[in-house]
Amino acid sequence: MISRRDFLQASMAASAMVGASGFGNWSKLAAQQALTQDQLLQFDTFGNVSLVHITDIHAQLKPIYFREPEINLGVGDNKGAVPHITGAEFRKLYGIEDGSPSHYALTYNDFSALAQTYGKMGGMDRVATVVNAIRAERPDALLLDGGDTWHGSYTCYHTEGQDVVNVMNALKPDAMTFHWEFTLGQDRVRELVDGLPYAALGQNIFDAMWDEPAAEFKPYQFFERGGVKIAVIGQAFPYMPIANPGWMFPDYSFGIRDEHMQQMVDEVRAQGAECVVCLSHNGFDVDKKMASVVSGIDVILTGHTHDALPEPVLVGDTILIASGSNGKFVSRVDLDIQNGRMMGFRHKLIPIFSDVIEPDAEIAALIDEQRAPYEAELTEVIGQTDGLLYRRGNFNGSWDDLICDALMSEREADIAMSPGVRWGPSILPGQDITREDIWNVTSMTYGRAYRTEMTGEFIHTILEDVGDNLFNPDPYYQQGGDMVRIGGMGYRIDITKPQGSRITDMTLLSTGEAIDPAKTYVVAGWASVNEGTEGPQIWDVVENHIRNQGTVTVTPNTSVEVVGA
Amino acid sequence: MSFSRRETILMALGAAAATALPMSARAAIEDAIAAFTDGAEMAESGITLTAPEIAENGNTVPIEVSAPGAASIIILAAGNPTPGVATFNFGPLAGAQAASTRMRLAGTQDVVAIAKMEDGSYAQARQEVKVTIGGCGG
Repeated sequence: MISRRDFLQASMAASAMVGASGFGNWSKLAAQQALTQDQLLQFDTFGNVSLVHITDIHAQLKPIYFREPEINLGVGDNKGAVPHITGAEFRKLYGIEDGSPSHYALTYNDFSALAQTYGKMGGMDRVATVVNAIRAERPDALLLDGGDTWHGSYTCYHTEGQDVVNVMNALKPDAMTFHWEFTLGQDRVRELVDGLPYAALGQNIFDAMWDEPAAEFKPYQFFERGGVKIAVIGQAFPYMPIANPGWMFPDYSFGIRDEHMQQMVDEVRAQGAECVVCLSHNGFDVDKKMASVVSGIDVILTGHTHDALPEPVLVGDTILIASGSNGKFVSRVDLDIQNGRMMGFRHKLIPIFSDVIEPDAEIAALIDEQRAPYEAELTEVIGQTDGLLYRRGNFNGSWDDLICDALMSEREADIAMSPGVRWGPSILPGQDITREDIWNVTSMTYGRAYRTEMTGEFIHTILEDVGDNLFNPDPYYQQGGDMVRIGGMGYRIDITKPQGSRITDMTLLSTGEAIDPAKTYVVAGWASVNEGTEGPQIWDVVENHIRNQGTVTVTPNTSVEVVGA
Repeated sequence: MSFSRRETILMALGAAAATALPMSARAAIEDAIAAFTDGAEMAESGITLTAPEIAENGNTVPIEVSAPGAASIIILAAGNPTPGVATFNFGPLAGAQAASTRMRLAGTQDVVAIAKMEDGSYAQARQEVKVTIGGCGG
């Protein structure tokens, strides 16, 4: 019988490429339970070009716990395809042994127990060590940042992204693309981009008034590395003014614009590009479709959907690399480019085990410098948790349930809504919850907690709308978030149905009664994309609630019934 | 819950109005297509419609249409109460048979572009444009 790995090699040979993934080594090390920095970094330098990819850091400069999703459903052609495979099936697919470090890093099961063994992951000082080690082997390696970098923490909010920019500049990336950065407001984005010592890219960032490429963001940048002319084309998050408040960046328009992407690929190839890399914040399924529509891209470094994949995914002659989120992973991709053609590649998803990889002293000091003015506020203990607090997954996580509980009790609402974002580190059972922890799951520039009245019919419309952003069978219509989290109400969702008929059996949990389409309910929520939203900041709402609770109790949420998975 | 007779009548009217609109809109688009093509067969190639998959603002959706060799192109919004958006006529001196405009969409719907070629044949392109409430992007 042909093994999956043999098959992967064979299929690559068939398309005139040879490749290897570093994952085999890592998994063997895991079996030996012997993790060392040298082993994590071990890589036989290959070909003539090295790419280093980090993405979706969400301002997590320090190591964190981050539980990967239990539920990550694929629809249409992506049903049952990576990254829509989780837990034991994921481990089986990649030959990961139960209880191994890769089990802990890449899947959700037994997370709390394994976290005690393997510790926190990430930390930009550890990432710096990895980047420096790669540069020691390949001095002209390209470091590429996929965006969602200047958002997601207490210090990032209070410095308007400056803390992360200072740390990232010290890492010396070569290019970056964008998403949440724009929620700093267009003036601040322009100010930061103006001073950026590396390329700010986005072929799909357009001037909203003239519908032509925006002057501040170049579509691509050329690099000459290892004697190879490389073009890196940026692709920002396509649905920024829809998923995030467009009024914060009214001068810009986005969209997938794959026809313009094809023009850019043709343009750089005509200018002599021997290797074309797309630094993307599309999300994995969107990138997969784009790779099948646009020809001539060698590598897509994907971001946005926070997937971490130990092996590249091949679409035609394009390889897709998914490097996780929150600083948990760094991807290294070595390419052999000959006569304008990718002849082979070697890839490794490097897990940043923070207790194994030595922090880079210079970056560690720089991070502490950013945090020093806020240290007292950051470290204040607000309460404790008796269970695991996590967010990642298509439906409610325990952090979301806690936020919804806070909204309902502090804002006296029947129903609570919390956005289905994919960022936000986890907190282990028995751990203190600090103010920093609360900000890590709530920080944003539009965090006002509103309180309003909605009819049952309108609540249904919202759920159907968000559901279609997630479960539309065509990836180009997916926005890459998860389902809006609901407190106080249960429902049934059939993900195979079209928009308008996925959501049924909406039930008010406090009374057990069916939601009446004509009746009005008091709804509290946060992260409204509407301008002028009023209410207290969500982090204050959550802090008050946790303070009142003392110790937060996590109970399994069974209020969402999922059908058609 | 009990409804008064008057409320019940109002609800019934609401339901009727809600179902009436899409039906009349469907008829309206079919009428508009028939008026332009005279019921002729339409090719699925020869015309390119570029529209966003999801509208950033349903009140002003930018679209582009291009059909080399076209004498005229009509743009229709299949789900708007009045589907007609624009008709572009190209004279013999036109440098390119392409146009761009912005349109208002009442909701998620198909945008249809039909070209009448100089040889009298027709070609159409269709794309769904989603109009969404937004929020919750991760």
